[in-house]
Amino acid sequence: MPTVLVPGVLRAESGGAARLEVAAAGQLRAVLDEVGARWPRLARRIRDESGAVRRYVNIYVDGEDCRRLAGLDTPVAAGSEIQVLPSVAGG
Amino acid sequence: MTVLLAIGTQKGLFLATSDDERRTWQVGPAHFSGTAIYTIGVDARGPRPRLLAAVDSSHFGPSVAVSDDLGETWAEPDSAPIALPADAGAAIERVWQIVPGSAAEPGVVYAGSQPSALFRSTDGGRSFQLVRGLWDHPHRPQWGAGFGGQAIHTVLPHPHDPARMVVAMSTGGVYRTADGGATWAPANSGIKAYFLPDPWPEFGQCVHKVARDAGDPERLYAQNHHGVYRSTDGGDRWESIAATLPSDFGFPIVAHPSRPGTIWNFPLIADSRRHPVDLRCRVFRSTDAGEQWEPLEKGLPAEPYYPVVLRDAMCADGSDPAGVYFGTRSGDVFATRDEGESWTPVAAHLPDVLCVRAVTF
Repeated sequence: MPTVLVPGVLRAESGGAARLEVAAAGQLRAVLDEVGARWPRLARRIRDESGAVRRYVNIYVDGEDCRRLAGLDTPVAAGSEIQVLPSVAGG
Repeated sequence: MTVLLAIGTQKGLFLATSDDERRTWQVGPAHFSGTAIYTIGVDARGPRPRLLAAVDSSHFGPSVAVSDDLGETWAEPDSAPIALPADAGAAIERVWQIVPGSAAEPGVVYAGSQPSALFRSTDGGRSFQLVRGLWDHPHRPQWGAGFGGQAIHTVLPHPHDPARMVVAMSTGGVYRTADGGATWAPANSGIKAYFLPDPWPEFGQCVHKVARDAGDPERLYAQNHHGVYRSTDGGDRWESIAATLPSDFGFPIVAHPSRPGTIWNFPLIADSRRHPVDLRCRVFRSTDAGEQWEPLEKGLPAEPYYPVVLRDAMCADGSDPAGVYFGTRSGDVFATRDEGESWTPVAAHLPDVLCVRAVTF
């Protein structure tokens, strides 16, 4: 099962869990859709209502920034780790 | 009597309270620390005020949190409370305004957003639905964006007729409906848009804030991106009321909660020099609907003062005499309990103040 790693700042939305196991695989979009169904408040911090990943949220699939891969179409394997991290931003 | 002053800043919401006739204030710690609070709705129609805070995370997007215990606890729904439908082709970037509907429609709350959209809630602000009539307006592709983004920042439900409402957006100008939001028409006649080739367009003005007179709901006041105006016919026609102001540039304009014709604003030098006129921290007041204005500065900083007051960072409470409050981008907050004759500090050294809202209970 793929695992979603939740940053500390968002764990209030995942019931305190740092690691979420999801059944979906295939593409990153399916993983995030499952997160949306099971942890909706976490999901809307990561993507806006159009489905786009928020500008200052980064998602790494097995250590690679999904924006440098295929975005939401990035392949996700059964054992993949999907790490969500807020980017360096703010003032 | 307790007065609660909600202070929204660039990095959190602060709640100040006064239990001694607004003489002294106790400021609590930050709620939603690190997030920007561009608007706070205060719904005083129920037995206890409800606070609705637009919580804006630069990383994780906008949301709305609701408190029915004066900020002791906050609730936020699982689903995004304000979101555009799938066919809109856009996403909400920021919530700029939350206001309760009139007394005639309990439970109704309105919200204005960036991009320019109006939302209506019928469950007290827990969930909102897009007002399609305005979103689908044929002018929408031509509405522009100022430095703050393209947003509906002012929502003024009519106090007696739920079918009527005025909204204002930057840029775009003033729009109004008389059929509950089904259809909308621009209402900018007489408001100058000096920054456009045609300075008197039907729409496209950069209105900064609109306030409605307490005694006459057809009388409106508008602070524009240069220009201060009054309408006496619900927005059919606007006329300048800037003749006796030291500058017609600024952001907020506030109407007295009960006395007709009394308004306050905070003039800045000019678009190109956004500092208080003469670098003096002064509020200006008119008691005759804008014909004559007078500066009010007793108790305010005497040294040169540079920060501005943003469009929602000035408000009045519901008391008589009215309390007026304003916050600045340097994190100073001031209050008057005598309608501006004298001022006292509420807080200092906060993050940039984006909005203030007061409620008496």
